[in-house]
Amino acid sequence: MSLLLPEAGLVFWMLVAFGIVYFILHRYGFPAITSMVDERKRFIDDALKNAKEANEKLANIEQQSQDILKKAQEEQTRILREAAATRDQLIKEAREKAEDEGEKMLAETRRLIQQEKEDVLNEIRAQVAELSLSIAEKIIRKELSSTESQKAYIGKLVDEAMADKEKGK
Amino acid sequence: MMKRIHLILLFMLALFANTPANASSHASGKGSVDVKKIIFEHVQDSYEWHIATVGDKHISISLPVIIYSESKGWNVFSSSVFHEQEEYNGFRISSSGNHEGKIVELDIIGNEVRPLLDISITKTVLSVILNSILLVVIVLFTARWYKHRKPDDKAPGGFVGVMEMLVTMVVDDLIKPNIGKNYKRYTPYLLTAFFFIFLSNLMGLIPIFPGGANVTGNIAVTLVLATCTFIAVNLFGNKEYYKEIFWPDVPAWLKVPLPLMPLIELFGVFVKPFALTVRLFANILAGHAVMLAFISLIFITMAVNVYIGSAMTVVSLLFTVFMSFLELLVAFIQAFVFTMLSSVFIGLSQPEHHGSE
Repeated sequence: MSLLLPEAGLVFWMLVAFGIVYFILHRYGFPAITSMVDERKRFIDDALKNAKEANEKLANIEQQSQDILKKAQEEQTRILREAAATRDQLIKEAREKAEDEGEKMLAETRRLIQQEKEDVLNEIRAQVAELSLSIAEKIIRKELSSTESQKAYIGKLVDEAMADKEKGK
Repeated sequence: MMKRIHLILLFMLALFANTPANASSHASGKGSVDVKKIIFEHVQDSYEWHIATVGDKHISISLPVIIYSESKGWNVFSSSVFHEQEEYNGFRISSSGNHEGKIVELDIIGNEVRPLLDISITKTVLSVILNSILLVVIVLFTARWYKHRKPDDKAPGGFVGVMEMLVTMVVDDLIKPNIGKNYKRYTPYLLTAFFFIFLSNLMGLIPIFPGGANVTGNIAVTLVLATCTFIAVNLFGNKEYYKEIFWPDVPAWLKVPLPLMPLIELFGVFVKPFALTVRLFANILAGHAVMLAFISLIFITMAVNVYIGSAMTVVSLLFTVFMSFLELLVAFIQAFVFTMLSSVFIGLSQPEHHGSE
């Protein structure tokens, strides 16, 4: 059967043709394609890895920002609370101080008033004494004309002075 | 674009139905249709490429005959010389016997013998060359696309995309898993083999010149391909592989004094490429033969009765279309299987660690 017997000439040409094809494709054909496919695969793998990392980082950052936010809120409440406390304290202190001051001023005023009062009283007394003296002078000038009454009056004054003296003791 | 492809396909189909018609009119001159002759004329090699017969005129491409014989030395002439005369310079095409269809010369006793060397550019040789050129052009065209591009560029589309898909499929599905870590060294050969077989199979399905030749259905072609695999397997086989052939891990009495197992292993080394050769050759040959048989059915029944013949024409055509689709599938599968088996054999020649299973 000639179908089953390889023809030498055909084997020869096939070897030559296939050899040349193999040589050319080995040099210029397939490596270009396969290496590019490999490189692209590597590129895609890298890109996927990077994307994953970026996602993780993003999640991290989000977490961090939330943490920061939470901390800030805590800080805020703390500060507010502290401020309120300080304010209350200040107000309290101010009030106390004001009360003290007020009391002091009140005391001072009272003291001054007392002083004034005493001064005024003293002056009034002095004037009353003067007036009394002048009145007494006038009265005496008039009354001394009668001896009777003079004697009565002197007696009376002596009594009074005695009484004063007693009282002063 | 699609419309044009459809038109071309239709045109080809029409011609496909025509080709054997012309071939048969040649044979039907004697009365009945010789199906065997039609089929064998097609699947076998020949010194000219017969395209069509219009009326009495044969349209064919004459191919150069290159012969070296001991008595006459180198002879180069066109095969068209045999149109006018039967013998040229002592050579003629044998019409019967062992060398039917081949160029023979007469020895001293008058027997027909083949010349020492016959490296004529036959139909199959021309087809191999055309397919090779086409393959180189296709792959280099594809490779050129990658030249000025970076890995982060857009992936190719269209034809380059299809080629890349096929290359990636062969590398990722066949070569990588079967060979293992050293696969890179064999990738160019296996890809070349895959695309050569695939393209030749497809070209064989196109019924007119430059397709239609039975390239991968020729045992010489498949033999060369299998030999290349054989070389790839045995030239780069590692120590482990040769140890398993000549001193396999079996009880000693199987090796000494009679090297029973080594003989079987050695036999296996040669059976593998033989299996590759025959599988591809037989599959493609059968595909061509079946399709031609269906077409020939038309002419057989036509010769019996015009009405039966007309009915049969429709049936045969449908069958042929069906077969064409089947052969498209086979064209791919056979290229796939050849590449897969080659990778498996190469993978077996580099066991990575012994006895792990």
